[in-house]
Amino acid sequence: MTQTEFLKIVMPFKDKVFRLAKRLLISTEEAEDATQEVLLKLWNNKTKIAEYKNVEAFSMTMTKNFCFDKLKSKQAQNLKIVHSNYEAKETGLQKQVELNDSVNWVAKIIEELPEQQRMIIQLRDIEEYDYDEISKMLNMNNTAVRVNLSRARKTIREKLTNTHNYGIK
Amino acid sequence: MVLNNIEKLLEKYENGETSLKEEQVLKNYFSSDTVAPHLETYKPMFDYFLVNQQEQFTKDVPLKTKRTFNYKWISVAAVTVLMLGVYFGKSFTNTNDLGTYEDPQLALNEVTKSLEMISKSFNKGTSTVGYLNEVNKGTSTLGYLNEIENATRIIFKN
Repeated sequence: MTQTEFLKIVMPFKDKVFRLAKRLLISTEEAEDATQEVLLKLWNNKTKIAEYKNVEAFSMTMTKNFCFDKLKSKQAQNLKIVHSNYEAKETGLQKQVELNDSVNWVAKIIEELPEQQRMIIQLRDIEEYDYDEISKMLNMNNTAVRVNLSRARKTIREKLTNTHNYGIK
Repeated sequence: MVLNNIEKLLEKYENGETSLKEEQVLKNYFSSDTVAPHLETYKPMFDYFLVNQQEQFTKDVPLKTKRTFNYKWISVAAVTVLMLGVYFGKSFTNTNDLGTYEDPQLALNEVTKSLEMISKSFNKGTSTVGYLNEVNKGTSTLGYLNEIENATRIIFKN
């Protein structure tokens, strides 16, 4: 397999891999590294790519596992992932949004969700995968995905109404 | 009517029962400017989803084509070298074969000729060895030295 062939396969979902990594690791740099790592792993095993039923789903699962490993090792080192750069990187994109502040709140609320729910929100509401795909990627059953998704959505909405109504930050 | 529909969809959405199409309807509704005031709280959520969809991975990945050396070829080369060795080695052993004479008379002539040559050069060697007799003569004359020694001994005794 040549580089161009490989890139043709990988291009459509590399951003999704990156965004999922960022959702889990929060820091942009960490997410970039993770994405690079995942893509390199795919490249090194390129001979087996034809055997995978769904390369995209496979890569998403890989990303998930890789990020969990990363997080685990971070915890072992007793380090917290720093994301001081978060706002600076985001401003460019978020300028387009009129409700800049509220959108930041959403980001913060999602950050506070448990990892599982964060991933599901990412995969469903941002990347728009269907339930079967998500359950395959996360190795969960369909209803569990729905339940977690519903919980996450409700939490986001509740917290948003709170901030909206009372101005609590 | 539209609003009613949206509210229903939102409820389904929160229970995780909406299809992707229905979610698209919600997203479209909330990205428009005409959002009902009491649903305003949902807007940032959907805005956030839309913004995040556009984030891209910009770092490039160094894809190196790993050149794996094929060890199979080493054995092929070894076998070729071995074969060449055997082939040329055989031609070296062939040089010991000097051929033979078919006619006995001719063979006899040749043998006597070479034997004669050997004896001639052998005699040349022995004639030079004859000079060794001169050396013997020399050593016999050295015998007179004993006489001198005897004489000195007699002198020192007195």
